Amino acid sequence: MSNTTTVTLEVLRYDPERDQEPRFQSFEVPYDEDWVVLDALNWIKDNADSSLTYRWSCHMAVCGSCGMVVNGEEKLTCKAFLRDYLGRGPIRVEPLRNFPIERDLVVDMEGFMAKLESVKPWIIREEEKPVEDGEYIQLPKQLKRFKHHTLCINCLLCYSACPQVGLNPGFIGPAALALAHRYNLDSRDQGRHERQEVTGSADGVWECTFVSACSEVCPKHVEPGGAIQEQKIANSVDWFLDHLIPGRSNAGRTKE
Amino acid sequence: MSRRPYTPKMTYGWWLDRPFYTRYMIRELSSAFVTAYSGLLIIGLWRLAEGEAAWNGYVSALSHPAALVFQGVALLFALYHTVTWFAVTPRTTPVIVGEDFLPPQPVIIAQYAAWIFASAVIIGAALWF
Amino acid sequence: MARSSKPIVWLPFAAGGTLSAFLLPALIIVTGILVPLGLASGAFSYGTMRAFAASLIGKVILAGVILPCLWHGAHRLRMTLQDLFLRGEDGHRIAGALCYGIGAVLTLLCGAALLTVW
Repeated sequence: MSNTTTVTLEVLRYDPERDQEPRFQSFEVPYDEDWVVLDALNWIKDNADSSLTYRWSCHMAVCGSCGMVVNGEEKLTCKAFLRDYLGRGPIRVEPLRNFPIERDLVVDMEGFMAKLESVKPWIIREEEKPVEDGEYIQLPKQLKRFKHHTLCINCLLCYSACPQVGLNPGFIGPAALALAHRYNLDSRDQGRHERQEVTGSADGVWECTFVSACSEVCPKHVEPGGAIQEQKIANSVDWFLDHLIPGRSNAGRTKE
Repeated sequence: MSRRPYTPKMTYGWWLDRPFYTRYMIRELSSAFVTAYSGLLIIGLWRLAEGEAAWNGYVSALSHPAALVFQGVALLFALYHTVTWFAVTPRTTPVIVGEDFLPPQPVIIAQYAAWIFASAVIIGAALWF
Repeated sequence: MARSSKPIVWLPFAAGGTLSAFLLPALIIVTGILVPLGLASGAFSYGTMRAFAASLIGKVILAGVILPCLWHGAHRLRMTLQDLFLRGEDGHRIAGALCYGIGAVLTLLCGAALLTVW
């Protein structure tokens, strides 16, 4: 492959002021063995078409901005090396699925931000301990229980890969539900019941059918698929106990 | 500059777009056979309640070519359900032992051991009585 | 937002998923291979089966195995139909009525049969 000099990128273009629907545009880009798809997009913007619109920031798989669909698979384009796509025709670059396309490769994330906030992803206490009483102690094995669910970078690859997000736009979705689970599992947290008003609603965990594509594409191994199944079990048990034991549903809940 | 976002529609054939989705759909379609086979067993109970002649008719109907084809296909889907269900158990019910999660391998092996045992009991009982 | 009553169908789905994973292949081998080959004529004779279904333990085993498997299938089938073509609020309602309806009718039939045999 050392004699490869250029690669062809088929990039989805959508100009809301001119296009009725998205179209593909081909670009011939110089090939470098160390280049990722994001480098190729940057080359296009600098040398071929400065109007190409896309998001990126860190170029090191931390910021979560450059998620796109490359040859039909969700990828952080800063981690998707051109060399892995050689010999399979043009490299097709599309925006994340299941989101409205704002322009070219940029999608509208507003809906996701609202969903993320709705699960109250912060530590909820019935009563805050005064500072003088010291810190909340947490053992290493208590941290271990949820640590992997904290690593999400909100890149939204999971929302793009999840067919239930596409079929049911109201679905809270993988990343937000994984984060809810992360706080539910935190030994310092007391907000599980409060979050269940959202995670246990019709738009919550019940829309999930464990396709598991979310966990498959997650670049940080957050395992949202498992987190949602665990919540289905916990939410079911809580639901039945709340209905069987009078008064339980109000016990252990913070004020709304 | 005006905003006019384009919202793509989900196709009806979305589950054919990727092999990963197609395998998921095969797994989910096992439900049709699990439902139908449970129905077949319930019809058997009903025939049993109706009396000896009805029951004997049911047992010989199990050997009807259509019943054999249905049960053959149902067996394949049931096996696929078993394999996929066992595979995800370590993810749906992770267990912390000591300081770390139980690794998936022993959990999956234990399930298969229990599965072989349960299957041997069922098949053994059917042959024995 | 309010909590959904989905646990009513989801817990039987999960329990039935586990039961059917462990038991269904062997059961289908029995009714689909051993019975047609005549290898289970004793177990599937009217006398043996009737005595089994007439006993309390037999009723518990039969209902405890078959009903969770049925509801596992019915709930998953509902979600599958929604995945395939029954979309939107109306589609989901049709899928629910159809699959849970089948589940309810078969559950009643199973209960009636078991209560008839003593």
